[in-house]
Amino acid sequence: MTPKRKKRLTIILALVFGSSIAIGLTLYALEQNINLFYSTSQIAKGEAPKNTRMRIGGMVVDGSVERSTKSLEVAFKLTDYETQVKVVFTGILPDLFREGQGIIAQGELDANGVFQADEVLAKHDENYMPPEIAETMKKKVEAAQ
Amino acid sequence: MIPEIGEFALIISLCLSVVLAAVPLYGTVVNNQLWMNFAKPLARGQFLFLLISFICLAYSFSIDDFSVTYVANHSNSQLPLQFKISAVWGGHEGSLLLWAFILSGWTVAVSIFSRSLPLDMLARVLSVMGMIAVGFISFLLFTSSPFGRYLPRFPEDGADLNPLLQDFGLIVHPPMLYMGYVGFSVAFAFAIAALLSGRLDAAWARWSRPWTNVAWAFLGGGITLGSWWAYYELGWGGWWFWDPVENASLMPWLVGTALVHSLAVTEKRGVFKSWTLLLAIFAFSLSLLGTFLVRSGVLTSVHAFASDPERGLYILVLLIISIGGSLTLYAFKAPNVKSESQFSAISRETLLLINNVFLTVMAMTVLLGTLYPLLLDALGGGKISVGPPYFNAVFVPIMSLMALAMGVSMAVRWRQSNTETIIQTLWKPLVASLIIGLAFPFLYGDGFDFSVFIGISISCWILATTGLEFVMKFQHSTSYWDRLKKLSLSYYGMMFAHIGIAVVAIGITLVSVYSEERDMRMEAGDTVELAGYLFEFKGTKVVKGANYMADQGILIVTKDGEAITELNPEKRQYTVKRSMMTEADIDPSLWRDLYVALGEPLDENGTAWAVRVHYKPFVRWLWLGGFLMTLGGLLTVADKRYRKKTL
Repeated sequence: MTPKRKKRLTIILALVFGSSIAIGLTLYALEQNINLFYSTSQIAKGEAPKNTRMRIGGMVVDGSVERSTKSLEVAFKLTDYETQVKVVFTGILPDLFREGQGIIAQGELDANGVFQADEVLAKHDENYMPPEIAETMKKKVEAAQ
Repeated sequence: MIPEIGEFALIISLCLSVVLAAVPLYGTVVNNQLWMNFAKPLARGQFLFLLISFICLAYSFSIDDFSVTYVANHSNSQLPLQFKISAVWGGHEGSLLLWAFILSGWTVAVSIFSRSLPLDMLARVLSVMGMIAVGFISFLLFTSSPFGRYLPRFPEDGADLNPLLQDFGLIVHPPMLYMGYVGFSVAFAFAIAALLSGRLDAAWARWSRPWTNVAWAFLGGGITLGSWWAYYELGWGGWWFWDPVENASLMPWLVGTALVHSLAVTEKRGVFKSWTLLLAIFAFSLSLLGTFLVRSGVLTSVHAFASDPERGLYILVLLIISIGGSLTLYAFKAPNVKSESQFSAISRETLLLINNVFLTVMAMTVLLGTLYPLLLDALGGGKISVGPPYFNAVFVPIMSLMALAMGVSMAVRWRQSNTETIIQTLWKPLVASLIIGLAFPFLYGDGFDFSVFIGISISCWILATTGLEFVMKFQHSTSYWDRLKKLSLSYYGMMFAHIGIAVVAIGITLVSVYSEERDMRMEAGDTVELAGYLFEFKGTKVVKGANYMADQGILIVTKDGEAITELNPEKRQYTVKRSMMTEADIDPSLWRDLYVALGEPLDENGTAWAVRVHYKPFVRWLWLGGFLMTLGGLLTVADKRYRKKTL
């Protein structure tokens, strides 16, 4: 091997080595931080793992919102018009949170099947429906036909 | 009548852009001067008609012409005038019109300020920009015209603008951001023109550099404004959410930053030429990708307007044509590029190469995190979302390494440097930065904190090495004042931008680690203490705004018994859509912000409220640093050497 080729080979090896480490670390970080999305039906069927961070989406059931009188704890039910899941959240709800509105909650499912949310997201548009729910709804319409 | 004139002007501008895309370019192929000379008047005509179109839409908004669908959907007779005007870009159609209008503005600017450019280059550049204009104006006309009418029966009043957008932020953030996004089209057009002509010497780098710097400065300014707006308007005190659309603006910024540096090397040293071309193509492609992500509705985000698959497909095709076409051209022409000089392993060139690698890797990781959910969903892998922890985990370490290299580059000279001299120059600032970083958490906080140590050390390192570079310029001069005047504006621009990075890093570190936040249920008379400040809730009163009613909270803030300020956060209900909006109130200062937002009333008679109280140290530094970078970018353009008439 000529010195020039040797130099080139070293550079290429260093590049391959460096980029594989970078890609490996990135993918690892990605694996650790993705949140799977579940519908309320999937949770009711027991498809969702317990004590794992995830997102659930659904429409807030009319008349299901209960507030604590002492703290900011609030409980409500989410539905995909098939099954319902109880969600508990402590904190300030977004402006567009209201009954009948589509929202997404992030958190963990506890042992009793209650979803302990640490974040509640509502879209800044009142006609909004999370695409995940829109899809579930669409499937249902198709199935009904 | 007026909307039809607007639509008609839009059609004329499309025709002009088609001619602009074809005729001058064909002129360069057959070497016909007359045809090349068409470029300038066409660029101006295109700008004029888009301006007419834009004014027509703004006029329709200002006179409340609700027969126009777009106006009816985004405005209301009660909306204050300044918001009626800015509502022009408050929705999908209008924001695309703004996109096209700014593109034509850049095209005209190139035709005016490039007197030094040879005719054939100018013809190519303007033609390429004409092609982009064809893509966007036709997109506007065929899928999203803002001038469509509600006929024969139109609503009596408009549906109102989204309350979040009824704010000063909407007036400045989108135009500034678009100036940046679209501005990269100039760098792109120069790169394509250089590839087409085969004239790949360093001259094109000099032509393209001021444009790229301005675009970069605007993009950074736009991102900074967006972050500031989100902070005070969204009501929960965050300044960056790793929202896909924020990422869409961050990616071109990162690649643009790499481009700005790579262009500097190409202009000064005649190396990295093909890499610079590639970066120019990528910076603009990422801008287009950003537009696609935002406008197609494939992503769930605060910024996504009404989604429409047809529109998404159209942009996707545009994206494929422009990226695919330019990369093919690149593949054919780039092998002819020759470097004009050599550099050794320890030189400023190498360090700038490292900077480029880091910036590109960061852009790639952000791209991966943003597109991964889309890819996985398309492949049937289920619905997922990638959270901020991913971005923080990959972004922060790479950024820190890059900052380290940034400091070293300040002590390294072009071509070749001596390792011993570098170590001699740098060990003092290194030790000093580490000591300050180590001491800071003890002095400011309650004890050692690793993030603060790293963040502050790095910021000090950048500041110290930048300062050192500056001081070394005065080593051999007798008159400081003369030396100060002799340094070029580009040099000052670089100083400002680098100091800006350090200021942003200080802001990010301290606000992330030392912020305090409480969500409370409060009734009149309740108090809460946060970081030494005592907030007393006095209840709420009803106030009436131009087009909303609000419950205004009254909070008295004291520290050690001394009155600091009174904060009046509001919970607004906009009368037209009956939509709720949280309007936070902030007591800002350079060292800390006190931030209060009203949640919701918790009981029937409205005496108990959910109240959110934040203490945000050094949060202003984020935006201060961002604006320093913008200022730096703009300064470089005013440099004398770009004002020369001939080359």
